[in-house]
Amino acid sequence: MSDANDKFIWTRKHLVGLDELTAQEIAHILDTAESFREVSTRSIKKVPALRGKVVGLLFFEESTRTRMSFELAASRLSADTVLFTAKGSSVSKGETTLDTVRNIEAMGVDIFVIRHAQAGAPHMLARHVKASIVNAGDGQHEHPTQGLLDIFTIRRRLGRLAGLKVAIVGDIAHSRVARSNIIALQKLGAEVVVVGPPTLVPSAIAAMGCDISHNLDDVLDEVDVINMLRIQFERFGGSLFPSIREYSRLYGMDGERLARCRKDVLIMHPGPINRGVEMTSEVADGPNSCILQQVANGLAIRMAVLYLVSQGTE
Amino acid sequence: MKRLLSAQQVANALDRLYQQIKSGLPTDEPIAVIGIRTRGEILAQRIVKRLQEETGLRVEHGVLDITFYRDDLSLRKGMPLVRATEIDFDLDGKVVLLVDDVLQTGRSIRAALNALADFGRPKAIRLAVLIDRGGRELPVAPDFLGKAARAPANTRIQLHLAEHDGDEGAFLITPGTK
Repeated sequence: MSDANDKFIWTRKHLVGLDELTAQEIAHILDTAESFREVSTRSIKKVPALRGKVVGLLFFEESTRTRMSFELAASRLSADTVLFTAKGSSVSKGETTLDTVRNIEAMGVDIFVIRHAQAGAPHMLARHVKASIVNAGDGQHEHPTQGLLDIFTIRRRLGRLAGLKVAIVGDIAHSRVARSNIIALQKLGAEVVVVGPPTLVPSAIAAMGCDISHNLDDVLDEVDVINMLRIQFERFGGSLFPSIREYSRLYGMDGERLARCRKDVLIMHPGPINRGVEMTSEVADGPNSCILQQVANGLAIRMAVLYLVSQGTE
Repeated sequence: MKRLLSAQQVANALDRLYQQIKSGLPTDEPIAVIGIRTRGEILAQRIVKRLQEETGLRVEHGVLDITFYRDDLSLRKGMPLVRATEIDFDLDGKVVLLVDDVLQTGRSIRAALNALADFGRPKAIRLAVLIDRGGRELPVAPDFLGKAARAPANTRIQLHLAEHDGDEGAFLITPGTK
């Protein structure tokens, strides 16, 4: 931690995307998360930082894991939570997103955590409500806390981000996780190569400034980190590649591929993992994998984000 | 910024504080010295070092960041970086010496006591402060004191310690002026 970061003052009231943040702001979130990690090691895993505040969890799109992580993060800060899920709610009765959020805000909510299928929904809400907005994934746009927890995990395991080379493998085209990762990694000085079949890795992604490869074997020995994205079967019925077996053979991590990587390569996965598709159990449960650390670090990142936006004014 | 105490006066106050602690702390109980970030942490380090050198007492040493426990958290906008609390030992049954640089309202100490309660149940908690400037808003009193000082109500006393500030001394700061 440098002296410059020591003096830095956080002012943002919302976290809608990593695109808007400066490198210093991103580093400040990671440094703050470092302090929150300690809270989770205590016998009483709770601090009163957000006591009396209400965090509204608005999941217009389902996500058990992210929701639990935010819920636990809020409760470790002593905030109260209210949960809204789209299923069987006012959404099915035809209410607009803004009306839904304004109604819940009227109950006295201080921070909204929003997962929405529509890209830009959190940005729209940030302009129209008084509460803080935290984006928990919007369409195919961004998933900022996932990007933050991924780079936090890399920084903790490898000690730095600048100068690293990170491969992101899989469905880049439809992935908000990939977008947030690419943005955050590049801002903090890491190099990104995206890997996958041409149907999942559009050439337009080069505009983000990353290298593109359609052959995983080509990049194995030159990267420090391999982040294997999940194939989202539920979003498209396998129409973008011939078969799961073929995808797995070309882009899956197994022991043989791992042996051709650098010895201390970091293997990541945002979960939920399709064992045998993105990687074999040997890789997922091996010493290079940091999948469960990602989950644990996610809690610290979300505590840091909720805490920081609650202090922000603009 | 006006100088309130010279480097020598700070050294004298710290020595007085140390002598009181040395004679006032029990010798037959486990002791943990915990400094409140940032300058209380440095004072605690110096006290622990001297205790170990001169008395051979085995004392545990920790650091407390009270940011999350402040009662003015929602009144302050734009917080500087929160640092981790480092208490990697059990507080149960120990005599805890809480160390802070300047005592005024007592609110930091209130926050520190709440934080300590989340780590365990010490046998006793004693408070050591280098400078007591008065102006209490809560019923808090130091057990060990380096120096009592007087300062106008609208000013802040800033302690400088070599490890953090490069020089030693205590200064009077009037908020809003340089």
